[in-house]
Amino acid sequence: MLQPGTKAPDFTLPVTPDQSLQLSSITDSHKVLLFYPADWSPVCGDEIALFNQAKSIFERYNAQLLGISVDNTWCHIAYAKANNIHFPLLADFQPKGAVSKLYDAYHDKEGTSQRALYLIDKNGIIQYAHISPDAINPGADGVLEKLKEIEPR
Amino acid sequence: MLQPAVNAKDHVLGKLPSAIMLTEYGDYQCPHCGHAYPIVQKLIRHFGDNLAFVFRNFPLSEAHPMALPAALSTEVAVGKGKYWQLHDAIFEHQDLLEEGTGGLLKIITSVGLDPAEIQSHWTDKSLLQKVSDDFESGLMSGVNGTPTFFINGEKYDGIPMFGDMKKALAAHM
Repeated sequence: MLQPGTKAPDFTLPVTPDQSLQLSSITDSHKVLLFYPADWSPVCGDEIALFNQAKSIFERYNAQLLGISVDNTWCHIAYAKANNIHFPLLADFQPKGAVSKLYDAYHDKEGTSQRALYLIDKNGIIQYAHISPDAINPGADGVLEKLKEIEPR
Repeated sequence: MLQPAVNAKDHVLGKLPSAIMLTEYGDYQCPHCGHAYPIVQKLIRHFGDNLAFVFRNFPLSEAHPMALPAALSTEVAVGKGKYWQLHDAIFEHQDLLEEGTGGLLKIITSVGLDPAEIQSHWTDKSLLQKVSDDFESGLMSGVNGTPTFFINGEKYDGIPMFGDMKKALAAHM
């Protein structure tokens, strides 16, 4: 796991088949990176559904949510549409898992991202890092607490 | 840890200060909450006056389109003295929510409330704020899905089954 206080490695990943997003290009808000194993996992306890519902709260603290898995953009599009996901899902698909590996959040055995949460501030510094077991949804309390600390209202 | 602690804004079923406080974060359209409902009822009957029950809204409305209207309706019902009646009726007839707004209005009618009047309050800012405050308090308390229970403010990580919950509650007696 990358440590808080260190510089977040920059990367560029596809969001749609013809659009990419570079982390360092987002300078006016904090970023929450949600690495997760796969699209299409069950909904109720699902981490993506939870953060999707919490999106407006993150925005209130000036943070942009970014989901990352090794699924490709077409899969992300279908998944986002079916579940009304309103934040970008980045495709760490080719070369597979490269960004997940960069963030120490890759399962070699399963070939998927781990369930990792990173909060990166406006200056590109990691402020919070958490990796949880695949079956456990980490919830949003840890990252929200840190966010409230760095973005007092 | 439950934050904020149970306070005047909460709907409390039971006598305060009770021996044990059970708080649920729930979504009216979530099937797991529907399964937990009769278990909570059984716990309330079992512990009687020794248990107080609080319900806070945690609607995952992107996944469950009727969850928010249902939550708002119960908040309107507070003013009519029918909060718990409507809360119970929604979970008892949760399948009707699959019919959409019409199904929810049927449930509202069944407890003797005026569906048109209740529906007219779904856009009230103060009620939307109440539900959104509940949701945010859930996030800050570490709720990561529904239902999530807290016993005397402490997160219950066990299985939401009668036997397990009874044991956990009894331990706080």
